[in-house]
Amino acid sequence: MPAKKDDVYGDHISNRFNDELLALKTRFLKMGGLVETQIDSAVKALIDGDGYLAEEIRAKDKMVDRMEMDIDEEAMLIIARRQPTARDLRLVISVIRMVADLERVGDEAKKIAKFAIKLTEEGQAPQGYVEVRNIGAHVMGMLHDSLDAFARLDSEQALRVMKEDKRVDEEYQAAARTLLTFMMEDPRNIPRCMSVMWVLRALERVGDHACNIAENVIFMVKGEDVRHTPMEEAERVVGR
Amino acid sequence: MSTISSAISSTMNPTVIKESDMPEADPKKTPIERPADTVIEEGKTVGVPLSDNPKFQLRNVEVFYGETPAIKNISLDIARNEVIAFIGPSGCGKSTFLRCLNRMNDSIDSCRIKGSLQLDGQDIYDSKRDVVELRARVGMVFQKPNPFPKSIYDNVAYGPRIHGLANRKSDLDDIVENSLRKAGLWNEAKDRLDAMATGMSGGQQQRLCIARAIAVSPEVVLMDEPCSALDPIATARIEELIAELSESYTIVIVTHSMQQAARVSNRTAYFHLGHLVEVNDTSKVFTMPEHELTESYITGRFG
Repeated sequence: MPAKKDDVYGDHISNRFNDELLALKTRFLKMGGLVETQIDSAVKALIDGDGYLAEEIRAKDKMVDRMEMDIDEEAMLIIARRQPTARDLRLVISVIRMVADLERVGDEAKKIAKFAIKLTEEGQAPQGYVEVRNIGAHVMGMLHDSLDAFARLDSEQALRVMKEDKRVDEEYQAAARTLLTFMMEDPRNIPRCMSVMWVLRALERVGDHACNIAENVIFMVKGEDVRHTPMEEAERVVGR
Repeated sequence: MSTISSAISSTMNPTVIKESDMPEADPKKTPIERPADTVIEEGKTVGVPLSDNPKFQLRNVEVFYGETPAIKNISLDIARNEVIAFIGPSGCGKSTFLRCLNRMNDSIDSCRIKGSLQLDGQDIYDSKRDVVELRARVGMVFQKPNPFPKSIYDNVAYGPRIHGLANRKSDLDDIVENSLRKAGLWNEAKDRLDAMATGMSGGQQQRLCIARAIAVSPEVVLMDEPCSALDPIATARIEELIAELSESYTIVIVTHSMQQAARVSNRTAYFHLGHLVEVNDTSKVFTMPEHELTESYITGRFG
């Protein structure tokens, strides 16, 4: 019986290669954590009307961008130095792809923060905020779960994240209809509701990025690329 | 064989993790185990070890040095015109297995071979077989270039002369030229065919050995770490050559370089302690190997 492995990325003969791969994983997860916080704070800033928090988010986005560049560079150096194969290769390739998604999520947080400032300055009733809170919680859960799936190499969890995307789309459509109603009731609601629409759009995008991360986790674990394939295909790959 | 016993203990625990190595940031939850083959079953090979209409058909091959088993029940087909790479840690048996294919092991007194080894459907080890003729059909290139202490011309012409492949000098000249061209050595050698072969660089000598092997019109060329003694440029030239040669010959190459196996071969066979663990398309072996041991080896988690 083989020994139980706590981390399948353990124990290269070259300790430094080992450390490099673990460092890459760790940095990626750190960036994931930062981006999760950014989205969480952005939604909070909007709902609480916290302009100060919103400004912080916009400033912190520079850190997110920096992390993307650093991780990309480190991944490239690993390829140049080590010519990784098999699971190491899939890890490095996946991280390169996923940091792009994380950086975009960071941008969405910045966008939401921008609207938080705008809406706070304009005052007025918080229409559509329930939807923002709900969809926000939903996609933040997806993002968290996709990062967790990466950390634990859990392709089944990644698949579950992918399946949530459809539900988010439905919630988004429903929210859009509600906001449309507000706008039709009173044209003075339009500017405000449009801003909220953009926020919801940004959140829906966060869900898409969480899905992309999940697809890459499946690639990493199972070795098959499930991007742009129907759900049944991803189910087959995960079930292998 | 102390290396074997220490290698056995490393296969009991293919990856040994120390708790103290875990970084703080890793989540405390246990990761999902990857369901992959992790044990060696005697005689069982993962992947696609067999093919249709093979050049070599090898079944239940066992090789012993005295009482010690070096090859344990291996079955493998080698397809026509393929390049297949044998990889594995030192002492795994890949060179021993290679040498069975043209009976080079005959020269080792203590070596015994069991099982069925067929070339084009005929038993290689049939006592009525002409070993010399077999070794013309199945040529070999060795790790250290070993040109004869003769001229470049005579090195290449030696085999055809012995095998009576050319009656006239002009025929022999043609064979020498064709072989040197195929080996990518003609331009460098054509103006000094009478020069001593030992005066050439390592890379040139190795290409000369390849020319020598193909001068007798083999069907198969066996290569035992042909680039180990060469610099990167000479290595790259020989790898290019292998790709060209595979159009005319079947090639079996033993290599210690993972990248080389990935670059030159169609299929890769992973050997481990005398077992054939996995055979698969090379691109699959290096992106998503089926067996845990294969992955551990190629990613450098043990060797």
